[in-house]
Amino acid sequence: MKLALPKGPLQGGTADLLRQAGLGVSEYGNGSRSYRPKCDSSSGLFAKVFHEKDIAIQVAIGNYDLGICRLDWVDELMIKYRSDAVVKIGDLGFGRRTLFVAVAGSAGDCSLESLRDSSDSLRIVSEYPNLAEAFALKQRLRRFRIFPVWGSAESFPPENAELAIVVGTSTDSLRERGLTPVTIVLESSACLIANRASLEEKDLGHVLTCLSRGRVEDSGNVEPIEAGAEREGQRSGPRESLVFLALPDGHQQPHTIGLLNRAGLTVEGYNAGKPTRSPRLDIDGVRVKVIRPQDMPLQVANGNFDLAITGKDWVSDHRARFPVSPVEELLDLGYGKVKIVAVVSNHVPVSSTADLRKTRRGAALRVASEYVNIADKYTHDNHLAPYKIIPTWGASEAFLPEDADVLIENTETGSTIAKNDLKIIDTLFESTACLIGNSDALSRPEKKDGIARIVETLRRGVEAAPDS
Amino acid sequence: MKVPRCKGMRDLVPQDMARFRRIEAAFGDCCVAWGYQEIRTPVLEYLHLFTSAGTLSPDMLGRVYTFLDWDGWSGERVVLRPDGTIPAARLYVENFQDLPIARFFYTENTFAFEGSGKESRERWQCGAELIGGSRLEGDVELISLALEAIGKLGIGPLEVKVAHAGVLKTFLEELGFTGEQEAEALDQVFAGNREILGYMRDRNPETVRQLELLFGLKGSSPGFVENLKATFCASLPALEPSLDQLARIAELLTGSGHSYQIDFTSGRGFEYYTGIIFGFYCAGRRLGGGGRYDELIPLVGGQDVCASGFALYIDELMELIEEAPQRERILVRAKDGDGLKSSLEIAQRLREASHIAEFDLGYRDTSGFRWIVDLRSSEGIEVVDRDLGEKNSLSSVEELLKMIQEAACR
Repeated sequence: MKLALPKGPLQGGTADLLRQAGLGVSEYGNGSRSYRPKCDSSSGLFAKVFHEKDIAIQVAIGNYDLGICRLDWVDELMIKYRSDAVVKIGDLGFGRRTLFVAVAGSAGDCSLESLRDSSDSLRIVSEYPNLAEAFALKQRLRRFRIFPVWGSAESFPPENAELAIVVGTSTDSLRERGLTPVTIVLESSACLIANRASLEEKDLGHVLTCLSRGRVEDSGNVEPIEAGAEREGQRSGPRESLVFLALPDGHQQPHTIGLLNRAGLTVEGYNAGKPTRSPRLDIDGVRVKVIRPQDMPLQVANGNFDLAITGKDWVSDHRARFPVSPVEELLDLGYGKVKIVAVVSNHVPVSSTADLRKTRRGAALRVASEYVNIADKYTHDNHLAPYKIIPTWGASEAFLPEDADVLIENTETGSTIAKNDLKIIDTLFESTACLIGNSDALSRPEKKDGIARIVETLRRGVEAAPDS
Repeated sequence: MKVPRCKGMRDLVPQDMARFRRIEAAFGDCCVAWGYQEIRTPVLEYLHLFTSAGTLSPDMLGRVYTFLDWDGWSGERVVLRPDGTIPAARLYVENFQDLPIARFFYTENTFAFEGSGKESRERWQCGAELIGGSRLEGDVELISLALEAIGKLGIGPLEVKVAHAGVLKTFLEELGFTGEQEAEALDQVFAGNREILGYMRDRNPETVRQLELLFGLKGSSPGFVENLKATFCASLPALEPSLDQLARIAELLTGSGHSYQIDFTSGRGFEYYTGIIFGFYCAGRRLGGGGRYDELIPLVGGQDVCASGFALYIDELMELIEEAPQRERILVRAKDGDGLKSSLEIAQRLREASHIAEFDLGYRDTSGFRWIVDLRSSEGIEVVDRDLGEKNSLSSVEELLKMIQEAACR
């Protein structure tokens, strides 16, 4: 009996549930970093930890019999890939949150009717692109574009999207983030899901009974609240001449702060701890937002931002999907050096991509990666068909060897890979942080001087780096 | 490794294609004779062509194949054509708005996800669109054209079922439905789910009673429409313009010698239509349908031009027709190396005379051929007619052509 458990905000509640259920699962709970919790040998249970978003997929394809994740991720999968492979067994009573459609607080009240009547192309940003599309179709929006993002959807309105579909614990929590709710897409909470074939053919009775015994009270605040986006009072010029710059959050943030400091730039609201979503740069005519590096190439390509600091890995992934994209690499920033590698389990007799091709048998090669387009290109460039790409949203090392054959992953030193009993069989390329720009914006007379000034300033920052 | 075809897709093997081409040719010949011109729209369109028209239900749009193109970084999605009419309307608006009347026909495939495994996700249809011009006579023209095309394929007896979208919409508005709810309610009623009428009954029992009465009545004359007017218009005067139109169409159909049935349960796909809706049936099987959609051209950015059209479902028609008689095949064989050049020449002459001539590439089974022509450089031409069991020796190609021609005439 295979059970997929969530990583992240549901981890505490799920650990409580498992404890009450008496299923003998240990080394799983708040703060635990193990991907393979221990299960009592008598329980016949095998458990693995995944990013929540991966759990619905793993249960749908039958890799896991049961899974715990929030309903929004289940619906996000099932609304696009209509199948009855996943059965929702029941609400587990914790991790409650609501998926809202929202506009920028500064946009004032907005009704569904006014959205329906709009003949403009509405930009909808969301971590839930499938639910966003279903919402747009159901509401009969005349024209819309969906921007799928890895996170920070609340940063986009109003300049970079008209609508954001985001989760929150209440309408107040949205207002705190500078958004005004328009309507609710769905109410969500942690739920137990099962693979239909497993439910019909396997004996899951003991585990289901134990889990139904557990009762976990909702703490009421399971979601980390993103910092509010400051949407008003920014220094601005005419929109056509404004330069929109995207700065990264996450691992790249400290390095980027260093670069900005060396370049003599101060970005208020970006320097300490968790950044605000719209910090202020001390250069006139520049507007800054903080978004995920993964989302930047697409957002630069579609003209939402003129410049962005991201990684070459994400630019490559973008180019593999959109070969004629107007994204240009303007400056190698030198930091954030990683290798993008192909990885397999230490227990398979494969030491190169060529070996992988030679040892192929009939079944499709399962390639897991956060970089789905790079993984797709690697696989077909190396004639590894038939193959399946399994998109992941983190905790990717956990997929090998049971749930994938190959992983395309980034690594700085290789130590995490080695720690997970995995080995590198190929290096696809090396990646560093880089400044990217939109080639159309670079040639636009009203913007090009402003862009050139920022590029030159950052270049000075790169040249002033200790190891340059 | 054997790679199967994609789930939900269908291969058309030579026997299927022979039927397919028969349908396409019969339909095309009729359309050309009625003054229609052939068009073909691209298989990829922008999704917003279909969302902005607002004429496909959310359920339908939820089953279309959409994706981002290789340059789709702007987020603008493209779609595998889910419908033939809306692209035809776009083509008209883009190219032919100056024409007072445009008559188009097409043979195209459409794509929509289908999860039951019972139907193909790719469907073929022959469609005709009449844009501009008189309304009611145009509708009758389209019905006549469709009947002629189906009749040419030897399919029958045919039933024509007629309804009017305006009548149905008036009832639903009276019940308080709007937009999305209206479409959903009607979809359910047409799918045979009358439970929703029970739900409506609580709101407005008299209107539901009348709607049930309407669904239960079938007629086949202008007088029947007059009866409907007398029955319903006193309590629902808004029905009158639609029923007047229906009465006029009934007169025109009767005058054209077409038999038809007015049946309001046949109004499938009604969301599209603004006026008459019609469907063609054979032995209970729906072979196609169409109607009037006067709001579509303005919705896709054109002027206020009325339009109507229909589509015949090729996949359904293929089930009902025989394969066209095969032309006789001739196998040409060179018995020795010197005969090869002559055999090439003879095969060429046979093809020029509209025969099917195949070279022998080592066939063991010659059962598909009526004629087997053997060439020996020294001994002339030896011909076997496998139907008659005769063998003849001939000295020239002319003699061969004459013999085959005479046999065909016997």
